[in-house]
Amino acid sequence: MESPVEIVQHTTGGMIGASWLMIAFPLLGAAILLVLGRMTNRWGHLLGVAMSLASFVVAVLAFLELIGLPAEQRRQAVHLYEFIPGMVDMGLLVDPLSISFCLLITGVGSLIHIYSIGYMSHDPDRRRFFSYLNLFVSAMLLLVLADNYVGLFIGWEGVGLASYLLIGFWYFKPSAAVAAKKAFVVNRVGDLGLLVGMFVIITTFHTLTFSDLGKAIAANPPSGGAVTAIGLLLLLGACGKSAQLPLQSWLLDAMEGPTPVSALIHAATMVTAGVYLVVRSGAFFFPEGSPQALAVAIVGAATLLAGAIIGTAKDDIKKGLAGSTMSQIGYMMLGAAFGPVGYTFAIGHLITHGFFKADLFLGAGSVMHGMNDEVDMRKYGGLRKAMPITFATFFIGYLAIIGFPMLSGYFTKDGIIETAIEHNQVLGWLAVLGAGVTGFYMSRMVFMTFFGQKRWADDAHPHESPLVMTVPLMVLSLGALVLGAYLVLSNRLYEFLTPAVGAAEEAPHFAFTSVPGLATLALVAIGAAFAWYKYGRAEVPSVQPRGSFLTTFARRDLYGDALNESLFMRPGQWLTRIAVYFDNRGVDGLVNGLAAGIGGSSGRLRRLQTGFARTYALSILFGAALLAGALLLVGNI
Amino acid sequence: MTTHYLILSGLLFAIGAMGVLIRRNAIVVFMCVELMLNACNLAFVTFARQNGNLEGQIIAFFVMVVAAAEVVVGLAIIVTIFRTRRSASVDDANLLKY
Repeated sequence: MESPVEIVQHTTGGMIGASWLMIAFPLLGAAILLVLGRMTNRWGHLLGVAMSLASFVVAVLAFLELIGLPAEQRRQAVHLYEFIPGMVDMGLLVDPLSISFCLLITGVGSLIHIYSIGYMSHDPDRRRFFSYLNLFVSAMLLLVLADNYVGLFIGWEGVGLASYLLIGFWYFKPSAAVAAKKAFVVNRVGDLGLLVGMFVIITTFHTLTFSDLGKAIAANPPSGGAVTAIGLLLLLGACGKSAQLPLQSWLLDAMEGPTPVSALIHAATMVTAGVYLVVRSGAFFFPEGSPQALAVAIVGAATLLAGAIIGTAKDDIKKGLAGSTMSQIGYMMLGAAFGPVGYTFAIGHLITHGFFKADLFLGAGSVMHGMNDEVDMRKYGGLRKAMPITFATFFIGYLAIIGFPMLSGYFTKDGIIETAIEHNQVLGWLAVLGAGVTGFYMSRMVFMTFFGQKRWADDAHPHESPLVMTVPLMVLSLGALVLGAYLVLSNRLYEFLTPAVGAAEEAPHFAFTSVPGLATLALVAIGAAFAWYKYGRAEVPSVQPRGSFLTTFARRDLYGDALNESLFMRPGQWLTRIAVYFDNRGVDGLVNGLAAGIGGSSGRLRRLQTGFARTYALSILFGAALLAGALLLVGNI
Repeated sequence: MTTHYLILSGLLFAIGAMGVLIRRNAIVVFMCVELMLNACNLAFVTFARQNGNLEGQIIAFFVMVVAAAEVVVGLAIIVTIFRTRRSASVDDANLLKY
């Protein structure tokens, strides 16, 4: 494998040189909206959309300039300023990997901005919502564009902050406030991994810049232990941000935020950051066949199954989609464990997933918008006639995610599965199984929402959403239709990404009739048929049935929260209680006891002051007698 | 030779001290204090005589001066207390306590 990381061109001019504008536009938008406050209420949402679109335009121009360059010059470094003297220069790295992310973030992000105009039109705080969206996009762009781990970390934390603000956007709802806090705390665990990983990198290699890191490793190959440690620490960071096991618990609760936030977190930003980190560090710290790469694959495979199983039992449409996001990110992680071909399919799946998952989430938001914010799918049913555009776009997203032949998900997910089976039979076939479960839970969702009997609440009058919401849906479903084929067939994405992530010994070749591919299709068909049997043909009870032990297991998120509670929360509470007890009885006891002792004894000593002159005279007499006696005793007289 | 003087001095001092401790009338207590001072004076003079120098006698003069000053201040205080409280008992002047 040719290491790609040493060739970096420095540039200051052109659109690539001005790529910092991508970060600056949404940041400026967020600053204006937050500083000017209510003054911008009337036009704030338009400014937010304009800033996001401006960022998208810069990204497109930079992309066009980049593909105009010969392949070996497609890693352009833009130096901005000296950040930590002698250690970190802040700069941007515009290469095929980062520009792919930029296009996805700003493109899908802008569509979500536009959709939010309609979705949030009745919310009095719409302006604040757009300022946070802009902040989110800006932080995510810094994350992917930075040419060093410090810049990446700043963006990483910015994304964490923005997600906290957005999940807790309706802060007056206790559940939303708690969910925001949970996301923040769980993310801190991952951040710790990334931070310590950076510490180990700088002590081992004395640099945090991606291009210098490549040179340092080439000049002085480090021992396996340090690299394994760095890899595992970075993986912990990636798990936190990408909601992979064991740090997945925040993602399902994050559904408390407004639906466009869920779309933004799940499709274009945030959860993709972990995949980006693994792919960006892949050439340095996750060489093929290393234990840390295997750990990435295991985490991915475990999460894709866990997410899919959670998705099967949720009646809340957004939570079902959240489980699906976990699962799909699991696929990307699995792919990212297997070298350049795996990176290609992981990034490919990330891009197509960005489109169809944003499509699905915004579609779910559109359904909720028409159903008085009802999220329980058991209260839906038969909505396809009431909302034809939402249904059509949601259905395309659905076909794409289950991997219906020739749609986006088919190409990228199948690519990941085939790559995984090539490297690791067990994990690969688990991914095939996961695809079958995906077929079941996504079909269940579609049947429960759009088909069958009407189970609406009495005051529900479902109606199609306005154009400002449906047009982004159409654009996204178009991407869900064709993007996979465009990226994967004739290896377009692979060849585009090669300068950034390196070339494989053998270029990937997409096989339409391979055994795993056909097995996947068969399992998906079985899953969908089973869902039809259970939820399409049969009547869906509008009250949640009790379900078997397994259903409860999935409904309760595989007892992930219970596990966290018993493993971390309870011992933490005990520790607190012990500390409080020690503080109250030990430290406070000592201090208070000393004070009380002194106070009590002085209270008693005070009684000597009787106010009678003769008492004092007597004590003087005794004192004098004592002195005289003592002098006599030592015989000094 | 001088032993009798010293015994007398000790007796006077003891009488004075006892008076200070057990009498209630401020004037009597005051006089007992004077008695103790003069017992000391007697002891000083006796020792001066015994040792054949004048230092004890000089100190006796100092004590007298101090006692005279004390009488001035002390009697003034007692008179003032009597005027305000209509009593010269030292036990009644017991407000300054715990």
